[in-house]
Amino acid sequence: MQFAKWKAILVLGICFFGLLFASPNLLSPEQRAHLPEWLRPLSLGLDLQGGSQLLLEVDVKAGLKDQLNTLVDSARTALRQEKIGYTDLTVKGDAVIFAIRDQSQIADARKILEKEVSDAKIEINADGTGRMEFTDAAINDRTRTMLQQSIEMVRRRIDEYGTTEANIQQQGDANILVQLPGVSDPARVRELLGRTAKMTFRLVHPDSQQFLAQGKVPPGFEKLAGNSKAEAYIVSKQVLLGGENLVNASPGFDDFGNPAVHFKFDTFGGRKFGDITLKNKGRQLAIVLDTQVISAPVINSQITTNGIITGKFDVKETTDLSILMRAGALPAPLHVIEERTVGPDLGADSIEAGKRATFLSVVFVAVFMLLIYSFFGVMADIAVIFNIILLIAFMSITQATLTLPGIAGIALTIGMAVDANVLIYERIKEELRNGHKAASAVEAGYTRAMATIIDSNVTTLIGSVLLYIFGTGLIRGFAVTTSIGILISMFTAITLTRMIAVYWLRWRRPKELPI
Amino acid sequence: MALLTPVPYDTKIDFIRQRFISMGVSLFISIASIVGLFTIGLNYGVDFKGGYLLEVRSEKPFDLSLLRGKLDALGFGEVKLQEAGSPNDVMIRIEKKEDENSTQNVTIQKVKEALGEDVQYRRIETVGPKVSEALKRNGILAVVCALLAMLVYIWFRYEWQFGISGIIALIHDCITVIGFYVFTGFEFNESAVVAILMTAGYSINDTVVIYDRIRENMRKFKKTSLIDLINRSVNDTLSRTVLTSSTTLIALFSLYFFGGKVIEDLALPMIVGIGTGTYSSIFVSSVLLLYFKPPRGEDFTPEVEVVAPAR
Repeated sequence: MQFAKWKAILVLGICFFGLLFASPNLLSPEQRAHLPEWLRPLSLGLDLQGGSQLLLEVDVKAGLKDQLNTLVDSARTALRQEKIGYTDLTVKGDAVIFAIRDQSQIADARKILEKEVSDAKIEINADGTGRMEFTDAAINDRTRTMLQQSIEMVRRRIDEYGTTEANIQQQGDANILVQLPGVSDPARVRELLGRTAKMTFRLVHPDSQQFLAQGKVPPGFEKLAGNSKAEAYIVSKQVLLGGENLVNASPGFDDFGNPAVHFKFDTFGGRKFGDITLKNKGRQLAIVLDTQVISAPVINSQITTNGIITGKFDVKETTDLSILMRAGALPAPLHVIEERTVGPDLGADSIEAGKRATFLSVVFVAVFMLLIYSFFGVMADIAVIFNIILLIAFMSITQATLTLPGIAGIALTIGMAVDANVLIYERIKEELRNGHKAASAVEAGYTRAMATIIDSNVTTLIGSVLLYIFGTGLIRGFAVTTSIGILISMFTAITLTRMIAVYWLRWRRPKELPI
Repeated sequence: MALLTPVPYDTKIDFIRQRFISMGVSLFISIASIVGLFTIGLNYGVDFKGGYLLEVRSEKPFDLSLLRGKLDALGFGEVKLQEAGSPNDVMIRIEKKEDENSTQNVTIQKVKEALGEDVQYRRIETVGPKVSEALKRNGILAVVCALLAMLVYIWFRYEWQFGISGIIALIHDCITVIGFYVFTGFEFNESAVVAILMTAGYSINDTVVIYDRIRENMRKFKKTSLIDLINRSVNDTLSRTVLTSSTTLIALFSLYFFGGKVIEDLALPMIVGIGTGTYSSIFVSSVLLLYFKPPRGEDFTPEVEVVAPAR
């Protein structure tokens, strides 16, 4: 029985690097600061380090409806410009419906609408009634874009909020997973993400108060709530300027020392804003966030690039408002559909309990193997210890997330990893009974147990891999440690113990095996 | 040489002879579990049913009935309280009402108001109905795919008779673990999927080791009857089966007793699963081969010679 020298060097090398890469986990954070970049400790999951996780659903339906409204707006503008008469232009279900007044203009209307929207199906009947709806391809396309934009917006808002190391990623078709390490009360983040924050500047109807008193809303206008429940405004549906022309917004104070938001337009926005304020001097301008009028100042003089929003705000509100204005609007509303928060001390407790359970699992299994296989049991124990070291090293290098179920997976792997050794040793015993000499029994044991070990590990791996594919967050951690642990055990339980056995046999040349 | 030998090498237990007992027991447990699943049902946890879970800690021990009174007064869905480790720690589970839409802030806020200031929130989980539906669907998919994949693997490596026998034993194991959840009222969460999958993985692993030996012995002893062959193979591998189950159970018991509440809930069903998996590979999967009669002799696929590790 032999073991090539280069192979022995390779095995020892792997074990050495395993020790090296696993070592940062034994150091305190202060000591770790002196280590080079590539020596990193394990990356702990939120359940171990404490933090919050939110699963957001992008309301694609509402987003598409919003886009249909935009379609109505652009159709209205286009038809007016070409002087084509129409009625009943509105969103109905998944489509925009309308009626062209003059039947002789139907062909023109179709041409204009087709130019305006390239990805919608347009039907106009002979009587002038018609409908536009997005094609399936357009819906897919728009949904995908909506999701990407949403992720980008969520990232911007959270960055603005100042949370470091937030992890934001898409999950499934329409969900966004947000992980916030160290955040123990996600209420404010949730609030920040819960608003679409679509900002528009529109005119308030000159007779707003009268209409409100009568409970009527003139066509082309809508009733929007103000900052308090009692307040309301009759506001034009026509958007003069949107939040997309903003370049900056910051919390501050107005001339009277009340908290306010200062904002700045880009060149285009500034020119347009100057135009609006010049033409509408003396009227009320509504600054609308989603469906709420946050401020409705009277235009006193022409304003171009710089503006200020005052209202009954406190400092926290102006901070959040400016974050929302800076980050921009979400293309679709977001709903929090799952939320998990773990306090930091529970995480610390979990780590302690996990460490203790894993340590005891190693000790008990090691003693058991020693009792059953004496010296060969010790070899298996060395293999188990290196299995854990290499697993920790691998997870540290790849920065795979270690969760609490992941720790359970490590402990379980210890119990299952010795299976390979059990299979080999039982074979060796059998070969000894069949009359083989010590060395050849060991040789035969290793060789003949191989097929079985591979078969049985493959089946276990199938379970772990599927768990990884279908599992979510924490459960995946379990799949990661068990599958990597099993793979590593193929090295430690077979190659490493074989090497030890070969060198030991060569050294002692025993007549009988201590097994 | 060894200090302990739980299963001596010359053990000769006639597993086939007592097959009617073990088959009866297995059938009884399986049928009872299925009936229980449809009559009693599973006690779905927050993951699969949606709702709220809070783990709270207080300086003083909690008065559970007082706490229940406070929470019931809020008028939410069903409230469940459970001590978590010590009288100072309590797990609160609040069911989500059918008609309730995403008012999670409100619910958690109200609970916080009701519990007062001097309570520490160690864990708060909220799962919406859509998420719980998806988790449930994924769980079922994972288990079904795993069973199919294992069936295909064994079929590929052995003969279809082995595949079918193995998979029946696996289904038996999964049903037994589900039965454990049904009859103990243990909370059925995402960790249950872990328990079921690991049971399947472990059980098939155990079964494969025995099947390997049956195939080997089939080639060695061409004249021996199938009954003797199966008996011999199960006995040959019995020591390994018992030892590996022992080490795995040792690890799981360490987790159960020292791993804390979350791990404890994960470990217990797995202990049941490993137990059944071991039982079924000895008593179910090998015995079933007797009925499916795998082909022997010439038409048997020759073993793929595994190359010995390079030296």
